[in-house]
This record gives sequence, C-alpha cells and structure tokens, in this order.
Amino acid sequence: MSALVEFREASYRIGEREILKSLTLSIEAGETVVLLGRSGSGKTTALKMVNGLLFPSAGEVLVDGKPTTAWDPVRLKRRIGYVIQEIGLFPHYTVAQNIGLVPQLEGWDGLRIRERVEALLGQVGLAPEQFASRYPRQLSGGQRQRVGVARALAADPSVLLFDEPFGALDPVTRLDLQKQFLMLRRDFGKTAIFVTHDVREALMLANRIALLRNGALELVAPPLEFLDSLGREARAFLACLDWNVEAP
Amino acid sequence: MNSGLVSEVAELTVEHLTLVLISMAIAIAVAVPAGILITRRAAWRPWVMGFANVMQTIPSLALFGFLIPVPLIGGIGKRTAIVALVLYALLPILRNTLVGILGVDAAVRESAVAMGMTGRQLLWRVELPLAARTILAGIRVATVTTIGTATIAAAIGGGGLGVFIFRGIASVDSTQILAGAVPAACIALLADGALGWVERRWAGRL
Repeated sequence: MSALVEFREASYRIGEREILKSLTLSIEAGETVVLLGRSGSGKTTALKMVNGLLFPSAGEVLVDGKPTTAWDPVRLKRRIGYVIQEIGLFPHYTVAQNIGLVPQLEGWDGLRIRERVEALLGQVGLAPEQFASRYPRQLSGGQRQRVGVARALAADPSVLLFDEPFGALDPVTRLDLQKQFLMLRRDFGKTAIFVTHDVREALMLANRIALLRNGALELVAPPLEFLDSLGREARAFLACLDWNVEAP
Repeated sequence: MNSGLVSEVAELTVEHLTLVLISMAIAIAVAVPAGILITRRAAWRPWVMGFANVMQTIPSLALFGFLIPVPLIGGIGKRTAIVALVLYALLPILRNTLVGILGVDAAVRESAVAMGMTGRQLLWRVELPLAARTILAGIRVATVTTIGTATIAAAIGGGGLGVFIFRGIASVDSTQILAGAVPAACIALLADGALGWVERRWAGRL
C-alpha cells in the first residue's frame, strides 16, 4: 500500500502561536483516519492543509507523493472532496446543480452529469425524482448534509475530507448519516480523513484514530487499541463514554 | 393646457430620461467593478468609499457649480451634468456591491474555493448571483435619486425637466414648476416600481 496523503513534520503557525506542531502521519489508500481532538487542537488546520486551503509554515504535506505547494491549486482541490459542518451548499443552485458542479467545472457532458447525479442521490439515500430539482432551503439538515456528501463524491475524488460533518445534526439523524458513511466506504473504498471531537464517532468510523492535543500528535491507533490506551488525553476522551445514568 | 407646453414637456422628459440613463449606465459600469475590486483589496476600501462619500456630501447645486471651471469634464452643458450625476450615483451602488459580496455566507465561499473554483468562477457563479439582490437595491436607490437630482442639471445648461422648474422659479409661475416637477416625480415612481419588481423576481429565485 502506498501513502496517498502524507504529513511530513508539517507545522502551522500564526504569528507566535503554533497551531500545529510538526505533524508526521501517513494515510494509506482506502483507509479512514479520524483526527480526534478538542477544540483548538489543530485538527481542522491539519485537514485544510491536505487540499491546499492552508499551507504548512514548515515541513510539507504530500498528496500522491507530490507536495501540496507543487500542485496546481485548482487541480488539487478538484481531486479532493470536502465536506464541512456548515455544508455550504449553494443556495441559488438546485440539489442536482450543487452535486453536478465539479463535474461541470471539469467539462463533463450534460447527460453524464445527470446520470452521475442520479446515481449519487440514490447512494446517499435520497430519491432522485423527489430531490434533484429542490433548492437547499427546501431540505432538512440531514438531507442537506447528504447532498453535501454526494457533492464531495461527484467527480470521483481520490481523497475525501470531512470536517465535523455531522456535528450540527440531531443524534438520530447523525447516527443515520454515520451508518451511511460506513456503507459508502464499503461501496467506494475511498480514502477519507475525518475530523471530529466525538470519540464515539471516531471509534465507529475510523480505521485508525489520530489523537491531537494542543497541536501535537499524541497517538495513532486503531479503535480497539485506542480503547486500551493509557495516555491521559486518550483516557479523557474515553471517559466521555463511561458516564452512566445511576439508578435512583 | 396649450399644445406648446405639452410638446415641450414631452421633449424635456425625453431629454431628462437620456441624462438619467447615460449617467446610470456610466455609474453602474464604474461602481460595480470598483465595488468588486475593493472586496479583494481591503486596503483600498477606505479610499474608494471615502471618495464616494465625499462626493455625496457636496450639495448637488454646488457640485454642478464646482465642475464648470474644470477642464475636459467641465464647462456648461450636458457633459458636465452627466459627470455630476455619475459622481452622485456612485456611492449607493459601490456600497451595496461591497456589502452584497462580503455578505455571502463564509461556508458557501469556502466550499466554492475547496471545490476548485477559480477566482473568476467564484465571482460569476457564486458571489455575483448571491449579491445581485443587494446590488440591484443600490442601483434602484441611485436611479431614483438621479432622476430627482437631474432636475438641477438645468442650472448649468444640461437641459431636462429642470428647465421648467428654474423658469417657473424665475417667473414665479407655479404651472411651469409643476410641468417640471410632476413628470419628474412620475418617472421616479415608475423607475422605483420597475426596479423593485426586478429585485423581487431575483429574490424569488433564492
């Protein structure tokens, strides 16, 4: 297996503040790595370095073996799907136009885009005939995020980035989408980097969990190993799972 | 009402409309691109907005007067009047273009960039369509104001419906004043209604 995305001592600082401290981590083709950490741990910063929304102040990030700084910025972004918590659907585009945007920018012909959009809507659990011509404002939060995921998958990117995509959803819808994510992973086998602060979500979705604390990588481990980890930050996160309602 | 007055009203109304249309076309052609530019260059914002603000604070009669001695753009006549009207119309369009584009949801903008839109695609496919309603509102305000202000163009030989008003004031003839003021008010109302309709139609699409 080859590393599709590789952080090599990548740091990011704003002025004196070091947001990310010399991160070294490689992500293999087909695996899902979850970046877990508290707010301000640098996980989103690390994610944004993959598709060139940010560039490391020191070190480098390689995608397909090539540093992000050497990529054409537009080409790099179109090869990588990106899903964020706020979703960011274009309000003046229909669902179909939103999903078909990157293929359209890439110059696909109309028929191929339409087929692709219909297939993707089906795969994220939305009936095409019912949803294709709706506008984002006519959808529920969960439906919007499904469209967001379909949009990220549209041009068949080699890597998908997720920045707390399900964080704003109610727990029932969230679980639905997490299951959908696992199904999509089974069907597509995409490489994914997933940012979250929810340890339960990390355990459910990850092949490996990378734990960040104050911009530094504390631990990289598969979920089962992570559960047994004795590190302080890992225990702090795992403690979130242990709390039980006591009998009166 | 005699037919001479009626035909003069028609003639000066056309002249008035011409002044307004030319001025607005120039003002839009200058202010929208300038507004877009200052969304990209924050450092230029205070200068550009300051200039437009100052222009708007000069009393309109004085602005027309100031321009008369200016070489090339000044003098007596339509050209000077158009320059003054353009300077007046800049601010609302400029401000609404800036506000409209900066008001586009940050998440939408980030998605657009992360999807690999070029700067031009971001502008034409996302920012301008989403800011269009605000920009149109600025154009509407500028147009209605310009229709009123254009009556002062007559003071420097620019023609238009102001000719009646100044003549009426000079000869203390309220019929003449009304012959200028009523058509000008009607044009302003019609323009306001029409541009308001365009604005609402656009809003319906969002």
